[in-house]
Amino acid sequence: MNGSDIIFYLLAAMTLVCGLLAVTTRHIFRAAVFLLFSLIGVAGIYFWLQYEFIAAVQIVVYAGGIAVLIIFSIFLTQQAGDKLPKQRIDRKIFGALAAFCGFALVMIQVYGHTFFETEEGEVTVSVFNIGKKMLSITDGGYALPFEIISMLLLAAMIGCIVIALRTKKENS
Amino acid sequence: MQPGLYHILFISTALFFIGVYGFLTRKNLVTMLMSIELVLNSVNLNFIAFNKYLWPHKMDGLFFTLFIIAIAAAEAAVAIAIIINLYRSHNSINVENAEELKY
Repeated sequence: MNGSDIIFYLLAAMTLVCGLLAVTTRHIFRAAVFLLFSLIGVAGIYFWLQYEFIAAVQIVVYAGGIAVLIIFSIFLTQQAGDKLPKQRIDRKIFGALAAFCGFALVMIQVYGHTFFETEEGEVTVSVFNIGKKMLSITDGGYALPFEIISMLLLAAMIGCIVIALRTKKENS
Repeated sequence: MQPGLYHILFISTALFFIGVYGFLTRKNLVTMLMSIELVLNSVNLNFIAFNKYLWPHKMDGLFFTLFIIAIAAAEAAVAIAIIINLYRSHNSINVENAEELKY
């Protein structure tokens, strides 16, 4: 067991423990902070797999964007310092049972299946290769999904502004 | 034991069902959104692990992960706009208080 393995297990433990605390704690602000650490743990696993670009995107978009957005929405909608109400115990038990049964089923399937690796040579996932592939329109390039995603982001941005716009009362 | 594909699949499955558990038990809309983020993250981890260990000569999993991250960002923004609008009209973001489904 060398240093790389130890780092992997530490990252895995951080991701899972923080994820579990994020869905079980009753302080909503702490839940957001635990979610942030869980997302950073996933970014660390991407770094460990040497997919640095994806790890950077994960940190910028999730840890920098979505976590801050969630924390702001908590500030806007929640009184500071009060806890979430206690959940009913039967709902907790059945939720945990359903999640555990699904987990066991998927893990049985995964460990019963043998995966075959390809023999072809590895392509380096540098930013140069990613950018070239993303904007090429031949041999399986991703120019069309890229454009569709940009349209989707534009539509989502306009939709957010329209939805969150404060409408004037008609009779006042 | 050398960490490999099965370890990462274990992590992503566990993260997915942690998210499902949170989605089933939480009542607050913001915490339900957090659970959805966990689920999306586990899917990304799965794509990256398969790309790294099974098809290292292609970059398809990487691009799917990029697009899923972009869609997740758009989804979170729209969801939070809806939540803030709901809070303005109902003064609560509990799912049980939002049951009329009308403007």
